[in-house]
Amino acid sequence: MKRNVLLIAILLIIACALPFVVSNYRTFQLTLVMVYATALLGLNILTGYNGQISLGHGAFYALGAYCAAILMDQAGAPYWATVPVAAAVCLVAGFLFGLPALRLEGLYLALATFALGVAMPQLLKYDHLAKWTGGVQGIVIAKPEAPFGLPLNADQWLYFFTLAITVAMFVLAWNLLRGRIGRALVAIRDQHIAAEAMGIDSALYKSAAFGVSAMYTGVAGALSAIAIQYVAPDSFNIFVSIVFLVGIVVGGLASISGALYGALFIQFVPNLADEISKAAPWAIFGVFMIGFVYLMPTGVAGAIRLLLAKRRSSP
Amino acid sequence: MDVVLHQVLAGLATGGIYASLALALVMIYQATHLVNFAQGEIAMFTTYIAWSLVNAGVPYWPAFGITVAVAFALGILIERVVIRPVENAPVLAVVVVFIALLVILNSVAGWIYTYTIKSFPSPFPKEPLFGIRYMSPHELGAIGVTLLVLAALYAFFRFTPLGLAMRAAAQNPQSSRLVGIRVGWMLALGWGLAAAVGAVAGMMVAPIVYLDPNMMGGILLYAFAAALVGGIDSPMGAVIGGFAVGVLENLLGAFVIGNELKLTVALALIIGVLLVRPSGFFGKVHVTRV
Amino acid sequence: MALLEVSRLHARYGHTRVLHGIDFRMEEGSITALLGANGAGKTTTLRALCGMLKTEGEVRFAGESIARRMTEDIVRLGIAHVPDGRGTFLNLTTEENLRLGAYVRRDKNAVESDLERMFGYFPRLKERRRQQAGTLSGGEQQMLAVSRALMLSPKLMLLDEPSFGLAPLLVRELFHILRRINEAERVSMLLVEQNAAMALDLADHAYLMETGRIVLAGKSCELKSDDAVRRSYLGY
Repeated sequence: MKRNVLLIAILLIIACALPFVVSNYRTFQLTLVMVYATALLGLNILTGYNGQISLGHGAFYALGAYCAAILMDQAGAPYWATVPVAAAVCLVAGFLFGLPALRLEGLYLALATFALGVAMPQLLKYDHLAKWTGGVQGIVIAKPEAPFGLPLNADQWLYFFTLAITVAMFVLAWNLLRGRIGRALVAIRDQHIAAEAMGIDSALYKSAAFGVSAMYTGVAGALSAIAIQYVAPDSFNIFVSIVFLVGIVVGGLASISGALYGALFIQFVPNLADEISKAAPWAIFGVFMIGFVYLMPTGVAGAIRLLLAKRRSSP
Repeated sequence: MDVVLHQVLAGLATGGIYASLALALVMIYQATHLVNFAQGEIAMFTTYIAWSLVNAGVPYWPAFGITVAVAFALGILIERVVIRPVENAPVLAVVVVFIALLVILNSVAGWIYTYTIKSFPSPFPKEPLFGIRYMSPHELGAIGVTLLVLAALYAFFRFTPLGLAMRAAAQNPQSSRLVGIRVGWMLALGWGLAAAVGAVAGMMVAPIVYLDPNMMGGILLYAFAAALVGGIDSPMGAVIGGFAVGVLENLLGAFVIGNELKLTVALALIIGVLLVRPSGFFGKVHVTRV
Repeated sequence: MALLEVSRLHARYGHTRVLHGIDFRMEEGSITALLGANGAGKTTTLRALCGMLKTEGEVRFAGESIARRMTEDIVRLGIAHVPDGRGTFLNLTTEENLRLGAYVRRDKNAVESDLERMFGYFPRLKERRRQQAGTLSGGEQQMLAVSRALMLSPKLMLLDEPSFGLAPLLVRELFHILRRINEAERVSMLLVEQNAAMALDLADHAYLMETGRIVLAGKSCELKSDDAVRRSYLGY
C-alpha cells in the first residue's frame, strides 16, 4: 500500500515536471494522453467492472465535446465552466441510455451501442441542428491562456488544467470502485442473478454505471475540445468508439492503471504504426487487438500484476 | 401516387441488399450465436476484389463468379484462423476480435485501393427494361439477383444432404458429432456461404452508392435492423425484414424525415426492436433458465 | 478377438476424475448392460467410448485403438451412440433426423431400404415422417433416436438410458425390438440403464458400476439370481 502511494507520488512529480522539459507539441500529446485516460476510465467502469459492452462511447465523447464547444462559442462561457456542465449532461444522457440498455445483454447491447456509434456523425451533421452544432463545418473555439499571468504558455497551462481534472477523476473512481460500489458492479458482471438475490439493486447500479461512465467520457470529450480547439462531426465516427475499446483491452479491463496504459497506447502507437506502414495504422491496431485477446487477455495492467505476483512469491 | 410507387420499388431494390446481408448475419448467428460485426467489411473487401478484376479487363460475369468463389474461400479462412480460437471465449473477447477484423479489412482496403470513391459497373443495360419506368434497370436486376441467390440458398439448405448437415450442426452440434458430422467444417462452410452472399450484396449495391472503404457501414446497420426485426435466428424473417426495412427507409426518407437521418432511423429501429420484441417477428422466443 | 476391449480407462471432466481405471469387454453380437446408481459413471463411460471426454487408458474396437480419437471419426468406424436425452434434432423433421443418421454412408440405395426397414420396426415414425421431431411424444422420440442410430448400420450401438421417461409397456416393446435387431442384424449393444430388472432381461452380460469403478461382472442370469445384487440394485 505504502509502495503504491510512493509510486503515485513519484509519477505525479514527474508529470508536473514534464511540460517544462519537453517540447510544446509533446506537451500537447501528453495532454491528450490524460484525456484518453479519463475516457478509458469511463469505458472501463462500464465494460470492465460492470460487464456491459459499449461500442458507442464515442457518442458520449462527442456529446461532451460539443457541450463544451457550443457553450464557449454560443454562450461565451469560460472554458473551465464547460467541464462540469458537460459532466452533468453526459451523466444524465448516460443514465437515460442505460435504462433501456438494462434489457439488453452482451452481444445485443454491443449491437445497440454500435448503432449509436455509427449514427452519431450523421446526427451531428443534421441540418436542423446546424445552427448549434455548426453542421459539417463544426465549431472552432479559442485557445485558453494561462490565468493570473502565470509564467506558463498556453500548451503548458492546458496540460496542468487537464492534469488537475484527470487526477480528480481518477481519485473519485478509485474511491467509488474499491468499496461496496465496486464490488457490487463486479458481482453484477459475474453473477447477476446471485447478486440480485443478495439484495443488490442491479437495475439501479447498471444504469448508474452507464451514467457515471458516460460522465467520465463526456468530461474527456470536453477536455479534448478545449485542447484541440475544434469539433467536427466526422471526428466522432465509429472509429473513436473502437479506439476506446482497443484502449481498455490493451490497458487491462477492470483496472484503473489500465486506463493509463491504454491511453499511452492509443496516443503513441498510431504514430509508430504510421512509421511502419504509412497507409494502414488501423490494420496494425487490429492486429494488436487480436494479439492481446489471444495472448494477453488481461491487458498490460494484468500482465504487470502477474509479474509482480511472481516476483513476490519467488524468494 | 407515382412517387410512392417509385419509392416502394426502389426500397425493394435496396431492401434486397439488406435482405442478403441480414441473411448472412442470421446464418452465422444460427450456427454460432455470434453477431458478425465484420460482415459489411468482408462484403466491401470482396467487392473491391471484383473491381480489380474488372479493371484488369475481366468481363463482368466471370469477374462476378471469381469474386464469389474468392469470398467463399475468404470466409472459410477467416472462420478457421481468426474465429475458431475464440469460439468459446467470453463475449467481450469475441466482440473485440470481430471489431478487429472489421478494422483490419477496412484499413487494408483503404491502403490498397485508397479512399477515393470509385465507380462500380452494373451488368444491367442502361435503357429501361420491359418498359418499366419506376425503377432503374439496375434496381430491377439487383432484386432479381438477390431473389436468385436467396432461392439457391433455400434449395441448398432444404434439399441437399450437406445443407441438412449444416442445419443440424447449427442447431445441435453435440448430436451432429454423434452422426459423424464434422461440426467445425460445417461452421467454416457457413462462414464461406455468408461471405459469398455478402459479396453478391456488395456488388449489387456498389453501383448505387459508389465504392469506397466506408460504404458498408450504414448498410450493415440497416442489415442488423432487418435481421433483428425479422428475428435474429430466422432466415425467412431476415429476408422479409430486409425488404421491409428497405421500403420503410425510402418512405420515411421521402415523406417524413428527409434523407439526412437515415442512420438514426436504423438506430431507433434497432433499439426499438431490442426493447419491444427482441425475438423479432419470426424468431423464436428464448426463455433463459435462471 | 472381442468387439470392444476397455483397459484401465480413466476419464475426467476438467480436473475432476470420474472413471478410475475400468476394464471390460464385449463379444460381437452380444447385448451388455452397464448398471449402477445415479452418478456411478455409466453415462461417462459411454461418452468416453465416443471420444467426448479426455481419457487415459486403452479402448480397442474391432482391434483398432480408438481411445483418443475424435467423435466424428469413431462414428465412421461403426459405433452409434443414442445419448441420454435422446439428442433429437428437434427443429428438423422425423425423416431428416433419420437421414442424418446415415450421413457418413456412401451406399445410397442401401440407405433408402434401411429407411423403409426402420419404418417397418416403428410404424408410428412413418406416420410422422414429415412432422417436426420436437412435436413427437417421448416414446416416439426414443424410437426415433434408436432408429437414427441404426441408420448408421453400426456394428455397435451405445444406448444411454433408453427406458427413461417411458411407460413400462413402451419399454417392453422397445426392448423387444432391440432384441430382434440384435439377432437379425448382428448389431452388438451396450446398454446403460438404471432400470436394472428390465436391462438384465434383455442383456446377456452385465457390469455393475459404483463411483467410477466396475464392482461386479457376469452373465445377466447369474446377476439376477445373486441375492446381494437383487437386494442392493433390483430392490427386492
